[in-house]
Amino acid sequence: MKSNFKSWPVIVVLTLVSLPLLIMFTFQLVDTFTNPIPGSIWPESFTVEHWRFLWEEPELGRSSIWVVTWNTFVFAATTAVAVTTISLTAAYALSRLNFPARRFFLGGLIILHAFPTITLIIAIFLILQFLGLYNSLIGVILVKSALELPFGIWIMKGFYDTVPWEIEMAGVQDGASRFTVWWKLVLPQVQPGLSALLIFSFLSGWSEFVLPLVLAPGNEAQVLSTYLSALILDDTKPDFNLFKSVGMFYAIPVIAIYLIFQKKLMNIYGGGSKG
Amino acid sequence: MRIELKNFTKTFGELTVIDRLNLTVESGEMIALLGPSGCGKSTTLFTICGIHRMNGGSLHFGDRDVSDLPSQKRNVGVVFQNYALYPHMSIRDNIAFPLKVQKEDAATIARKVDEIAELVHIPELLERKPAQLSGGQQQRVALARALVRKPDVLLLDEPLANLDAKLRLEMRSEIRRIQLETGITAILVTHDQIEAMSMCDRIALMKGGKIVQLDKPDEMYANPADQFVAGFLGNPPISFVDASVVGDTFVLGAGEIAVSANLMGRVPSQLQLGVRPEYFGPQFGSGVAGKITFVETQGRENLYDVTLQNGTVIRSIQPSGQSFALGDQVSWGIDTDNVLAFSANGDRI
Ligand SMILES: Nc1ncnc2c1ncn2[C@@H]1O[C@H](COP(=O)(O)OP(=O)(O)OP(=O)(O)O)[C@@H](O)[C@H]1O
Ligand SMILES: [Mg+2]
Repeated sequence: MKSNFKSWPVIVVLTLVSLPLLIMFTFQLVDTFTNPIPGSIWPESFTVEHWRFLWEEPELGRSSIWVVTWNTFVFAATTAVAVTTISLTAAYALSRLNFPARRFFLGGLIILHAFPTITLIIAIFLILQFLGLYNSLIGVILVKSALELPFGIWIMKGFYDTVPWEIEMAGVQDGASRFTVWWKLVLPQVQPGLSALLIFSFLSGWSEFVLPLVLAPGNEAQVLSTYLSALILDDTKPDFNLFKSVGMFYAIPVIAIYLIFQKKLMNIYGGGSKG
Repeated sequence: MRIELKNFTKTFGELTVIDRLNLTVESGEMIALLGPSGCGKSTTLFTICGIHRMNGGSLHFGDRDVSDLPSQKRNVGVVFQNYALYPHMSIRDNIAFPLKVQKEDAATIARKVDEIAELVHIPELLERKPAQLSGGQQQRVALARALVRKPDVLLLDEPLANLDAKLRLEMRSEIRRIQLETGITAILVTHDQIEAMSMCDRIALMKGGKIVQLDKPDEMYANPADQFVAGFLGNPPISFVDASVVGDTFVLGAGEIAVSANLMGRVPSQLQLGVRPEYFGPQFGSGVAGKITFVETQGRENLYDVTLQNGTVIRSIQPSGQSFALGDQVSWGIDTDNVLAFSANGDRI
């Protein structure tokens, strides 16, 4: 492809801007495999001892990293699936069906979308406690999904709005039920939005910190972000290299997902959010 | 299959778009719904296929009352203006979709798709995606998909509006050929009078949610029911001239012509005359004087605007190769037998 402007100046600028981040990441990675000498930049010896948390028995009072990782995965995946399925159906209704109070729901969606939901945390805390879901993974999943929904519905509505209604009418004329039309004809058109939303809400769940911290502080429901924070708060035996390694371990799936799915993620900015 | 709309009424909220419309389309006939923008053509069409609900009246296909049937059960094929092909499916799957919904077996589906592809001349395109087709080819696919399950009725909403001039000409005769070959009852919505006249057996001319006239194209052209119909049909359009009757002549702004035998004795003293461009020119003698104020060369013919002294313009169409030029003073005649007379409120006399 030939573009109408030179690309190297752009690349230079972008490289300069992201250089500090790259350097920091490189050093973090290097630090997790070496033993530093205080005061010197260059490391001395290679070691895997900072990664021993992956295979050693956890210390007393700490959860196993694998249990925590599994929790994080369950949390992120369930949230992503819930947000995506509900957004898919709710956004279709908002985009296409002429039901009572449609305008009210649309308005509510925009308000919730822009609302600083963290201010609700105390109320949510009380509700969860009342329901007996405090300190459980299910509780956090429910809350996280609910908070992500306005964004998901809004994005999916943008995608549905771009599907011409004649396609649906043609499907109905061809004898298909409304459900078949949605499933076979409309969903494939919004599929880019669907996968982007799925990945996006998975990542959002994976990196969620405040909700698990406040709503499920116990050890059973610990996720990687709260594990990490507990690690650094534990000032009886600070171990910064362990902290860096766990941080690295926590970031690897995110980096991998971005590398694999970057094209799909861009769709959210391309196709969605058209009023 | 005969289509019968009786006292069909459609309202959107407060607005009555169609008011007690009656229309019968005979079996195997192709009829045009013609009219200016916003007159309710699409609304009528979408009611027949079940997208819109009727607010009053009834709709019959043959003897069957389908007024309250959902679209899926009406067995109507529709071609939309933008074709509405399913972009993620191959052409074969597009055409097969109505059959798959009916759960026909794979062998039958393949056979029927091949048959219909043959009919609309696209067998070589079946494995492509819609985005890889030209407008005319997409149109053919849309037709094939609408026809593949042998519907009772075929509805076309401005099927040619998205095509360029040359393709439009080609698809005009193609659609008519396919309609005749399948013998299907069809309704074509268009605001292009040439399309309506050239493709259809009869034309229903609509205005403001009513059918003003329903007739064969040539009959409607020769015998319009009122001034609106006369003005809508014909390209270049008819010219209207104020006239008064003195004895047995019409007195126009600048000249006079004889009252024809068929109008004699029936005309009021003040009226409007409709003169089609092919009935005004030097071959009909002289008597109507004016100045040529516009010349349009169309190749085979030339179109002239002649402005009379009182400012009225009468159009004339003449074979090319004549020596009239812009600004010439001319005195031409009118073929009095083909003059249309209208009363002050637009009714035909
Ligand atoms: N969903 C709707 N809600 C309200 N009014 C409508 C709706 N659909 C159509 N109308 C109105 O009904 C009238 C007829 O519309 P219709 O689409 O049938 O016109 P048309 O003859 O097909 O015009 P065109 O040639 O522009 O397509 C118009 O005045 C239009 O504004
Ligand atoms: Mg229309």
